[in-house]
Amino acid sequence: MNNASNVNRGKFREAAVKVMFLAAACISIIAVALICVFIFANGLPAIKEIGLKEFLLGQKWKPNADIYGIFPMIIGSLYVTAGAIVIGVPVGILMAVFMARFCPQKLYKLLKPFVELLAGIPSVVYGFLGLQLLVPLIHGLFPEQPSGSGVLAASIMLGIMILPTIINVSESAIKAVPDNYYEGSLALGATHERSVFFAVLPAAKSGVLASVILGVGRAIGETMAVVWVAGNAPIVPDSILSSVRTLTSNVVMEMGYSTGLHREALIGTAVVLFVFILIINLSFSAIKRGGKKQ
Amino acid sequence: MSKSEAINYIPFKQKLRGYLKHPMSLFLLILVIGAAVITVGLVAILLGHLLIKGIPHIKPHLFEWKYTTDNLSMMPAIINTFIMVILTLLIAVPVGISSAIYLVEYAKRGNKVVSVIRLTTETLAGIPSIVFGLFGFIVFNTMIFKGYSMIGGALTLSMMVLPIIIRTTEEALISVPDLFREGSFGLGAGKLRTITRIVLPYAMPGILAGIILSIGRIVGETAALIFTAGTIPGVPKALTRSGRTLSLHLFELVQNPQAPTDRYFNAAYATAVVLLALVVLVNALSSFIAKKLSSK
Amino acid sequence: MNYKMEINNVNLFYDKFQALKDVTIPIAEKQITAFIGPSGCGKSTLLKSLNRMNDLIEGCLIKGKMLLDGEDIYGGMNVDILRKRVGMVFQKPNPFSMSIYDNIAYGPRTHGIRSKAALDEIVEKSLKNAAIWNETKDRLKKSALGMSGGQQQRLCIARALSVSPEVILMDEPTSALDPISTGKIEELMSELKKEYTVIIVTHNMQQATRISDTTAFFLLGEMVEHNVTREIFSNPKEKRTEDYITGRFG
Repeated sequence: MNNASNVNRGKFREAAVKVMFLAAACISIIAVALICVFIFANGLPAIKEIGLKEFLLGQKWKPNADIYGIFPMIIGSLYVTAGAIVIGVPVGILMAVFMARFCPQKLYKLLKPFVELLAGIPSVVYGFLGLQLLVPLIHGLFPEQPSGSGVLAASIMLGIMILPTIINVSESAIKAVPDNYYEGSLALGATHERSVFFAVLPAAKSGVLASVILGVGRAIGETMAVVWVAGNAPIVPDSILSSVRTLTSNVVMEMGYSTGLHREALIGTAVVLFVFILIINLSFSAIKRGGKKQ
Repeated sequence: MSKSEAINYIPFKQKLRGYLKHPMSLFLLILVIGAAVITVGLVAILLGHLLIKGIPHIKPHLFEWKYTTDNLSMMPAIINTFIMVILTLLIAVPVGISSAIYLVEYAKRGNKVVSVIRLTTETLAGIPSIVFGLFGFIVFNTMIFKGYSMIGGALTLSMMVLPIIIRTTEEALISVPDLFREGSFGLGAGKLRTITRIVLPYAMPGILAGIILSIGRIVGETAALIFTAGTIPGVPKALTRSGRTLSLHLFELVQNPQAPTDRYFNAAYATAVVLLALVVLVNALSSFIAKKLSSK
Repeated sequence: MNYKMEINNVNLFYDKFQALKDVTIPIAEKQITAFIGPSGCGKSTLLKSLNRMNDLIEGCLIKGKMLLDGEDIYGGMNVDILRKRVGMVFQKPNPFSMSIYDNIAYGPRTHGIRSKAALDEIVEKSLKNAAIWNETKDRLKKSALGMSGGQQQRLCIARALSVSPEVILMDEPTSALDPISTGKIEELMSELKKEYTVIIVTHNMQQATRISDTTAFFLLGEMVEHNVTREIFSNPKEKRTEDYITGRFG
């Protein structure tokens, strides 16, 4: 009798614990839901008030005159992200190839910490280094420009920042390719380099693509590394040396002192950024799933 | 038998000649070596600049207990960073580990909830920190705590590091051989007992590595804290008040320097060195533990 | 007898471990030579060193001589040319992650053939020679990874043929396949020997008796016996060979 109730109590406890773990697991769902709800609920009314077309396609951002067009920032974010890809992706993928298939074991042990270090540097430190090192350098190269900050500086900073992501993810994708691809190519008389680039790399393409998408997400959402090097003028840049303001720096620069519609327009800016990120996330998951199927 | 006696030994000269016959291979080789040189050179330049400019300015007055506009001390910010780390971990670690336990130990294969959780964890990991910051601002500053607060910052950061903890714990739990679980079940132990006594201890180093990794993230985070924990340069009297961490301290020194700016920038260099040292130390500790785990 | 390849007094080490001990085998032209023996006996190691695939392995040292048409393959011969002349088919089918056409064109392209017409011709000829043309001609642009295991292995044979080799090394080419696919590949091998010299490593003694002309038996790095296949299975000279083929060990 007593025994049976013990067993029951045990079963009850097991069930209760399971529910507790499930509840904890649901917190990440709740978190995402809350973030969506609050960001959208606070941003969408402003977008509605300003007008979707005026907000997204408006060329002017003048909070003093209650004019809120974020087209320059959308274009700015796209420009610097594209720049980061142009700079970071080739170097990152080549470095991943080097680490996975070229570098001797001893050198690898030295290189890996370098890449980890690159990944570990806080973004605010990147931003500070960009301000102190890169901006003067660019200004020195193009003295006719008012300042060294702008699209080029921001692209380089972001290109550096996404390097570790691209290197690490691509490297594991390349390493995961079975050796028999490589051997098969070698046995046809191809050199080591040819085998790696034309037989191994194509087999790792979904992983490499995933690394690029992760890098894009990181670049478009990065704030601290660009805010001091971009120049931040709310204009559509007309050259790679022109000043640029991204969606992220728009928020971080004005949020502190904004009120009313201005503040809501800034949250609206975050809504646009958030939508970009969701699209990137979804395509990332799609590629990962596609890669697994193969 | 010596290496050069072997018939399959290829002398360097012969290798070089081989490359001359295959210009494309030589080109590819130069490309990958170039990428490695660029990456290493970059790290060397960034770190070299930071250390050369920063170390000479690390002076005792930067570590005085109270911050003033004269000493620009980073000590309160260091203390705030520790508070922030502990607070955030107190919230995120139990939730993260429990989530991972559910995902690995309880959920059945093909469970709908699991795929939703996976998707949201991935989403959470991809959300930019500035969006987290805005969310924290809207919810914690304007609705709950009415102003900047350490606790608001910690709650915001908990959501940010949650995916890291869930993912690393999941991996650690999956790496526990099923034999251990079966052995424990075979002795009549219940699920909970098996998890707490057998699975968790075995997975502990992996979980720990993940927790330390998230410490690195907390220490280095800025954008999510500017509008939540705020930028007040002292140790707050209560967790519901504002206090800036080391990253924010660096941000403020550069963003809002009062004249003369040189002093602020020198202090910023010194602060950046300390911040970087802290993050590097934490990350090294994490990968050290992870390595120990993989050699087990 | 005309020898296509000669293996003379070859010793091979992986660091301290000696994987091949003073092995000497002549390989007859346009015949199938089978290497048999229990796993770890060195037969695959020897096969791989015939087109220098062992060059990749750190700590691998080779002594002795291996000749292709009387030419020292570890001497002045260019490795890429050697591998073009001595092709290889692996244990697990390993088509590249690209289309069927590109898989076959990979080898010729590597050796500098760019013209579309020439490539088209090579692809068709190679696929025909590997008896897989009819199954693939309508889906040349489709990924090779969508084929069945047996088809993939015949594709890999076609890929090896695409660079017009003289010798084809096969490392347990059917061990990952079902009996029907195995039968097709064995049939193909008998066809291939009209034009090519084939060396096959197999752990399947029935396969060796079915397809090979001569067989070499390996044990612990030593080549124990090499003879006409019929002889070796019906009338082995060595006790160790007899023990192995009658199933007393291995």
